[in-house]
Amino acid sequence: MMSVTIETPNRPRTRKQANWEKYGWLFMRVSGPLLIVLIFTHLVVNLVLGDGIKAIDFAFVAGKWADPFWQVWDLAMLWLALIHGTNGMRTIVNDYAGQVKVRRALTTTLWAVCALLILLGTLVIFTFDPCPAGASAELLASFCPAQ
Amino acid sequence: MAIKPAGTLYRGKVGMWSWVLHRISGVGIFFFLLVHVLDTALVRVSPEAYNIVIESYKTPVVGLAELGLVGAILFHGLNGLRVIAIDFWSKGTKYQSVMFWVVITVTVVAVAGFTPMHLARVFGH
Ligand code: HEM
Ligand code: HEM
Repeated sequence: MMSVTIETPNRPRTRKQANWEKYGWLFMRVSGPLLIVLIFTHLVVNLVLGDGIKAIDFAFVAGKWADPFWQVWDLAMLWLALIHGTNGMRTIVNDYAGQVKVRRALTTTLWAVCALLILLGTLVIFTFDPCPAGASAELLASFCPAQ
Repeated sequence: MAIKPAGTLYRGKVGMWSWVLHRISGVGIFFFLLVHVLDTALVRVSPEAYNIVIESYKTPVVGLAELGLVGAILFHGLNGLRVIAIDFWSKGTKYQSVMFWVVITVTVVAVAGFTPMHLARVFGH
């Protein structure tokens, strides 16, 4: 067999920029297991324990968010689920949107919505007042002074 | 007769259907989450506004849809672990089909256990 000599062999592909696609791929695999713990616990606490869905109202949320533990829990769940979900949707858009313009528009919209909801959800957790002044007492948690 | 290609890890059979289900469940959960962050944000409007909207989570139609949401999250999450195992575990590809059926079984059993409890609350008083 004749050996082939390549006059100017290609160097292996080098990158100047960070490989974002790889980081995205890794992020899906790191956030996934964390989300299992975060979301499955969220569903057990809110849908299975106690009276489940029947127990959920303003006072229930007040009871949870009066505790920094659940504030941090929900904050992690909010950020990770939205970034994971949005990046997953980006993958799907890349698969089906044929035209570059359409793809760009959809991807930009996705990340804009993601950023807005992360901002909103984060503000909601940290500006939440479990015992708002002037609210009728029967809607509030038992630990509120209005009770 | 045309030759039917045998299934591979990705085409036909378990590999393809798990991917289809993973994709559909992911999109479904994503759109639920968009609505869910908005409905939770109503706690900053007033206790009344939040309670009125969260009441709809307790109606029969939405209550039934919640079974679908729980099933979707269970499947997507467990199948996500399967995908990770295929990528990182040396025996992952060998057991991918077994792992798929474990995912389906655990999902079905968990939803079956949750359903009577949840529906009793939604349809009860
Ligand atoms: C029917 C099922 C569900 C119910 C009844 C429910 C209920 C609630 C309630 C009452 C809260 C207020 C705070 C708390 O309890 O921790 C909340 C917050 C939250 N839930 Fe759920 N949830 C459900 C499913 C989900 C799922 C599947 C996800 C993830 C994909 C999720 C993600 C979140 C997040 C991120 C927050 C915090 C929102 C914020 O920061 O404003 N929930 N949920
Ligand atoms: C419960 C824990 C979760 C786990 C373990 C998990 C795992 C994964 C993994 C590993 C992937 C990558 C699949 C691949 O590259 O082939 C993925 C994709 C995806 N995930 Fe999740 N995920 C979880 C929760 C969520 C949530 C809460 C959402 C929505 C907010 C979501 C939406 C998506 C979407 C849209 C995709 C893209 C699907 C595709 O490309 O076909 N996932 N998930």
